[in-house]
Amino acid sequence: MKQYTDQGKQDTRSGYGAGMTELGRTNPNVVALCADLVGSLKIETFIKENPERFFQVGIAEANMMGIAAGLTIGGKIPFASTFANFATGRVYDQIRQSIAYSDKNVKICASHAGLTLGEDGATHQILEDLGMMKMLPGMTVINPCDFNQTKAATIAIAEHHGPVYLRFGRPKVANFTAADQKFEIGKALMLNEGSDVTIIATGHLVWESLIAAERLENQGISVEVINIHTIKPLDDSAILASVKKTGCVVTAEEHNYLGGLGESISRVLATYHPCPQEYVATRDTFGESGTPEQLMEKYGLNNKAIEEAVLRVLKRK
Amino acid sequence: MPNYDNLQSLVTQVRRDILRMVHKVNSGHPGGSLGCTEFFVALYNEIMELKDGFDMDGKNEDVFFLSNGHISPVFYSVLARKGYFPIDELNTFRLIDSRLQGHPTTHEGLPGVRVASGSLGQGMSVAIGAALAKKLNGDDHLVFSLHGDGELQEGQNWEAIMFAAGNKVDNLIATVDRNGQQIDGATEDVLPLGNVAEKFRVFGWDVLEIENGNDLGQIVTGLHEAKSRTGKGKPVCIVMTTEMGHGVDFMMHTHAWHGKAPNDEQLETALAQNPETLGDY
Repeated sequence: MKQYTDQGKQDTRSGYGAGMTELGRTNPNVVALCADLVGSLKIETFIKENPERFFQVGIAEANMMGIAAGLTIGGKIPFASTFANFATGRVYDQIRQSIAYSDKNVKICASHAGLTLGEDGATHQILEDLGMMKMLPGMTVINPCDFNQTKAATIAIAEHHGPVYLRFGRPKVANFTAADQKFEIGKALMLNEGSDVTIIATGHLVWESLIAAERLENQGISVEVINIHTIKPLDDSAILASVKKTGCVVTAEEHNYLGGLGESISRVLATYHPCPQEYVATRDTFGESGTPEQLMEKYGLNNKAIEEAVLRVLKRK
Repeated sequence: MPNYDNLQSLVTQVRRDILRMVHKVNSGHPGGSLGCTEFFVALYNEIMELKDGFDMDGKNEDVFFLSNGHISPVFYSVLARKGYFPIDELNTFRLIDSRLQGHPTTHEGLPGVRVASGSLGQGMSVAIGAALAKKLNGDDHLVFSLHGDGELQEGQNWEAIMFAAGNKVDNLIATVDRNGQQIDGATEDVLPLGNVAEKFRVFGWDVLEIENGNDLGQIVTGLHEAKSRTGKGKPVCIVMTTEMGHGVDFMMHTHAWHGKAPNDEQLETALAQNPETLGDY
């Protein structure tokens, strides 16, 4: 089992903030918008260094998405950021018409996604955003796994022309990918090679998958772990190469099993290589208040749940 | 001094285009299109500073956004007759494989269109964004936008109206087509808008009113006046009263022609009231 070291827990939203700081210094066309959540999105440094390139829109997310679309006309690269719930469901039609259908180069950057938002409860814990965003034609959908990868992704999407949904979270989690990584949109990352089962994970569940894989390896099970940071476009060939070898899959995501990464993987499998799959995801439910750890335990989204899913899927091979 | 004879000829021809476009496909929105014909003709042929050709960024020229996208017939006709695309292409309005979609879009690459519209209430935010980009680029050209009055019932407009004033977006001229009609009837019956000009004023805009938006002289004067008020710290709003269906007697004084096409006989009557001036497509 390949070893990964937690370089010290950090929140992925701070990775976004660090990426924005760098973009502020390197790309004069990058502008930032925020809807009254500057502190939560960690973009204070960008604002301090580039006050003329920051637009505080207040608690008005629909207007923020429209202004972002307009800023692209004239060559700006807007990064519009707020909580994932307000960056997607609340403004779906604005994104659909003014950004996606109009092919505007807007980066929708969404923090506090999923259950790990914690104590604020289900009103703020969106578990449907990946589904909504991946269904929009032309939208790129990215869910990086840690601080370093979120920073790298933030920098990378500025160079990509077209609308992007970048999803990240609130809590401090293991930071284990390389600080100097080059982020390639649409490229699956092989974290551990194995032959019995493939775990395909995104976001916070990638680290949990590595913990589960280590325990499974100790039980004599050979586990392949793939980090899918880009849910759309999906790296079909990497997925197929792995399942042709292992013959079964566990998908892991902090999202509803309807519409998320798991269903995207199911499409690939059903089309090219049918085989057993188990879903680690929420089961068509809303969340609730609690600590991130309690919620991930209760809703079956931690390393223990992944381990159990692997044992289940192996029996179905 | 504008050549009003030429502008009037264009107005009449555009009205013919609108009627023939919606008649051919038996769908589309003639009422609001006919009501805003003078505005579009004046804006594109007398008011806006435009480069030759079209590029999406619109740097160093004035740009326009149509928020109430359902009045696409008047937009398409004026764009075509300004030279953005071949006039014959008006023949393809709402047909399969056309760039002239039911509601305007950038998706098929139609020159002259910079954002999709049709789902109402989104255009002002986009216009504000484009105006902010002009300021960042040091481009002192203007952003124009048009909005239906019924469309102001969408809450996003008021987010945008608040933002534009609060952020001194003073290179924006937003015009409201106050025709008093929407699909289900008079705006004041469906959901009263009250005093639109006063609402914009208390939100911090500089507001002027055009009493008769179907009078070319009033439109040209009003738009010039609006331009003179830009760059003074406030966004500019024109509340323009128009008659839906203007130029066709049986389409006026009713909301019935908001989204309905004339039949063969009605078309003949309507065209007779707007004799050909510059040549039909």
